[in-house]
Amino acid sequence: MWDAVIIGAGVTGSAIARELSRRKGKFCVIEKESDVCSGTSKANSAIVHAGFDAETGSNKAIFNVRGNQMMDQISEELDVPFRRNGAFVVCLNEEELPALRALYERGLQNGVKELRLLSREEAVEMEPNLSDAVVGALYAPTSGIVCPFELTMGFAENAAKNGVEFRLDTAVTKIEKTTFGWRVITENGELETRAVVNAAGVYADVFHNMVSKETLTITPRRGDYCLLDKTAGHHVERTIFQLPGKLGKGILVTPTVHGNLLVGPTAVDVEDKEATATTAAGIADLTEKSALAVRNVPMRQVITSFAGLRAHDDRGDFVLGEPDDAPYFFDAAGIESPGLTSAPAIGEYIATLVTERLGLEKNEDFNPIRRGVFHPSSLSFEERAEFIRFHPAYGRMICRCEGMSEGEILDAIHRPLGATTVDGVKRRTRAGMGRCQGGFCSPRVMEILARELHVDLTEIRKADRGSEIAVGQTDKGLPEAAEWKE
Amino acid sequence: MKTEIRELTCINCPLGCTVTVELHDGEPVKVTGNTCVRGEIYAKKEVTHPTRVVTSTIRVKGGAHPVVAVKTRTDVPKETIFRCMEAINALTVEAPVSIGDVLMEDICGTGVELVATQNCPKT
Amino acid sequence: MKQADIVIIGGGPAGLAAAVSAYDAGNRNILIIERDEQLGGILNQCIHNGFGLHTFKEELTGPEYAARFIKQVEEREIPCVLGSMVLDISPEKVITYTSSTEGLVQVQAKAVILAMGCRERPRGALNIPGYRPAGIFSAGTAQRLVNIEGYMPGREVVILGSGDIGLIMARRMTLEGAKVKVVAELMPYSGGLKRNIVQCLDDFGIPLKLRHTVVNIHGKERLTGVTLAEVDSHGKPIPGTEEEYSCDTLLLSCGLIPENELSRNAGVEMAPVTNGPSVNESLETNLEGVFACGNVLHVHDLVDYVSQEAAIAGRNAVAFVNGQLKHHGAGIPVSVSGGVRYTVPRTIDPENMDDTLTVRFRVGAVYQNAYIDVYFDDKRVSHIKRPVLAPGEMEKVVLRKSDLLGQNIQNIKVEVTQG
Repeated sequence: MWDAVIIGAGVTGSAIARELSRRKGKFCVIEKESDVCSGTSKANSAIVHAGFDAETGSNKAIFNVRGNQMMDQISEELDVPFRRNGAFVVCLNEEELPALRALYERGLQNGVKELRLLSREEAVEMEPNLSDAVVGALYAPTSGIVCPFELTMGFAENAAKNGVEFRLDTAVTKIEKTTFGWRVITENGELETRAVVNAAGVYADVFHNMVSKETLTITPRRGDYCLLDKTAGHHVERTIFQLPGKLGKGILVTPTVHGNLLVGPTAVDVEDKEATATTAAGIADLTEKSALAVRNVPMRQVITSFAGLRAHDDRGDFVLGEPDDAPYFFDAAGIESPGLTSAPAIGEYIATLVTERLGLEKNEDFNPIRRGVFHPSSLSFEERAEFIRFHPAYGRMICRCEGMSEGEILDAIHRPLGATTVDGVKRRTRAGMGRCQGGFCSPRVMEILARELHVDLTEIRKADRGSEIAVGQTDKGLPEAAEWKE
Repeated sequence: MKTEIRELTCINCPLGCTVTVELHDGEPVKVTGNTCVRGEIYAKKEVTHPTRVVTSTIRVKGGAHPVVAVKTRTDVPKETIFRCMEAINALTVEAPVSIGDVLMEDICGTGVELVATQNCPKT
Repeated sequence: MKQADIVIIGGGPAGLAAAVSAYDAGNRNILIIERDEQLGGILNQCIHNGFGLHTFKEELTGPEYAARFIKQVEEREIPCVLGSMVLDISPEKVITYTSSTEGLVQVQAKAVILAMGCRERPRGALNIPGYRPAGIFSAGTAQRLVNIEGYMPGREVVILGSGDIGLIMARRMTLEGAKVKVVAELMPYSGGLKRNIVQCLDDFGIPLKLRHTVVNIHGKERLTGVTLAEVDSHGKPIPGTEEEYSCDTLLLSCGLIPENELSRNAGVEMAPVTNGPSVNESLETNLEGVFACGNVLHVHDLVDYVSQEAAIAGRNAVAFVNGQLKHHGAGIPVSVSGGVRYTVPRTIDPENMDDTLTVRFRVGAVYQNAYIDVYFDDKRVSHIKRPVLAPGEMEKVVLRKSDLLGQNIQNIKVEVTQG
């Protein structure tokens, strides 16, 4: 009998799992994909929002501000790259300046610190690449950028280390009420549990509606992004948002914590909860709209584009807690932006609710520290040379673009919830995330994975089930295609 | 007498000359457009009995690499390419393999040897 | 810190030829740094034939061509470090590299030869919309998988881009039993050699669709198909021309990018168009004593030309170490006009020239019955008729030292004009 089963190993589910592991109990996270951080958490703007955006008093506002405040300690404990680079909301015409001021006022009410309104001159002084159309800006120094993969991995690995079990490649098919709680039926068997936490991202409505008559509707809202080469990484230093206005919500331009430039997202409501395909129209839209606020964005230096799905609840706010008609079932649903920022606070809140409901005791052995994949490039020359002498695998470079060695890839594979796929290695080490996009390192990463996991190369996948990369060996005979036409 | 004109791209070298062959009753009698003698030889061959060099890999047992590259030492009749591939696919060799090692004496009755084009030391 | 007169970065065809030539010019303190476990570079996976007609007067496969040069390096006992990745080249010519056997090492060089080669343009840079499933490979990555690892990347293949690697892989995959359905090329002409169209596509009945591109990618986990569309003269897809192809593999052969991250960090100036260093007649970059050759300088169509070019870089590196290379300033600029996209070199100091100098270039479109003209200032000094010029094939003009020396020429212009 489990105390709590968490559905979804995205950033929300993983944050909840880690918070629960501060208590004594049997906790399990179930994930339908092959790795943690495989849905919305892997494809978003990677922003730690300041908290001026959401309506005062909403869950989004409360958890955003709290999550932002928690991020320094979280990133320290979990060894997650995080930097408060600050954000601008730029206003593109004089008539909308009152709206910018209103946003400033809302930020103050939400409890956001250090907000300032800037004139065009002040803004351009700080960000010379702002477009000529910018007439003023709201400046939020507490806004930051974070690595969303590392944040999710950090929560998940730390939870696993503190005793939470993770079951990957396991889709939940049904949830039934039992005398003592819930029966969670999966493709790999059933789990009896006292409580269920629903952190299923775009699928959260499906599970909620299995247990409650107060139905939820989550609409996947697709956002296309373009990621630019590191040579473009200093085009802006701060995250540049556009003031939502006549032209819609606008496109952001931001450096990433790893030094690339990110442009996005579009916003298109879709029906298919797996529809993460980018479109030509979306990418064209990014190019056009980003130029409104930032000039000369070097779109020729795009190294990849991708699309993420936000889990948009019809009522527009996070849905947190137990539905009236389904006690011991805890929703963390409708987690769209600022969901990444809010994750630590949502984790704290849901775990507290579960603790109170179940009467869990404190786990005295809880260790809050997780170390990320160690990068010897952070050492001085002498230290690094010494380190490689004792750990030769760190001398063998695998990914030349991001400078990742075999040692780092082995670390990614053999740590808790280690990588089993090429994308898993990529998200843990950045090998394959650089300008050649794995052209050089992916065959080498495949070899290392096959060797370390003791499987044939044909079993190595890019990501989820069905994404095997090599289909078989050569010289396995010729099919009928090989008829010679004279 | 039946006269036929055929236009070819010479594959001997990267120049890729466009070569015109005049055939009388299927026999090449005149070659134009070539810029060297090899172009003429190629064109005459191509219209009568075209040939190609086949390159591939074969499995190696106990080698530092899983496969080693091979080629037919000279060109073989074009229509035998896939039969040559079947023979190549059926073959496995033991390491070590050195460049120039003859791995088959006569591939598919063409009279042409299959030779290694790569070294593969033992593990 | 280790010391070497000449450090060569990269042990592929360019690095090997540069090493042999530097040795033969008299230097005995050379070091080749190669990131792979064996010398030869990309030639090791180019198992097809067609290499070496110029250099060895016979047709060799890639590994055989490499082996000839490796043998020359071995005979001369030129030191090489393998499995060693260069992390940094400082403007003072201190090279930092790492390997699992030596760890982190620094070498102080007197001269450096950049011979790092190039990489393939990845999907991301092509902005192809759609899903991001398994089954999309750059052609060279697939070539490595097939020819080195012995694994098949897929069974039903569409190829985007008609670069030579894509064409070669169309044949290779066909021979291994895959069905190559079509090769799509954005441009109105192929980016590859004509002989490869004939023997890799025509021989096997594989259609080449010019002015076509991939406009959508289907399949969330593994590729299930692509949508091709015809493009207009600006390369924009024409609505209504979409056609779906089911396939489990998409190979991309859409261009090569010289690998110059190390060069840029060292302060080497890049030329527009080529994405390679801007060099003078000695193949020397703006950093004195730093030379470049092979595909890191500009993408070549033939390895023979790489070897020739690298030999020049090797010789000049020795001349530099011996203090025989003169530095008088900028040299005569080589400008381009008409259809000429770029030249290598970009400046010429006649005093440092050999008796003749080969200026290599590429054109931007297909020309028939065109002229290659060379001007010294306003005076046309050569006028050569060529039946065909194509962007996929590198062209050259040869300049004589005697024509340039002491003439006070301000500008050399290479021009292609329609006849």
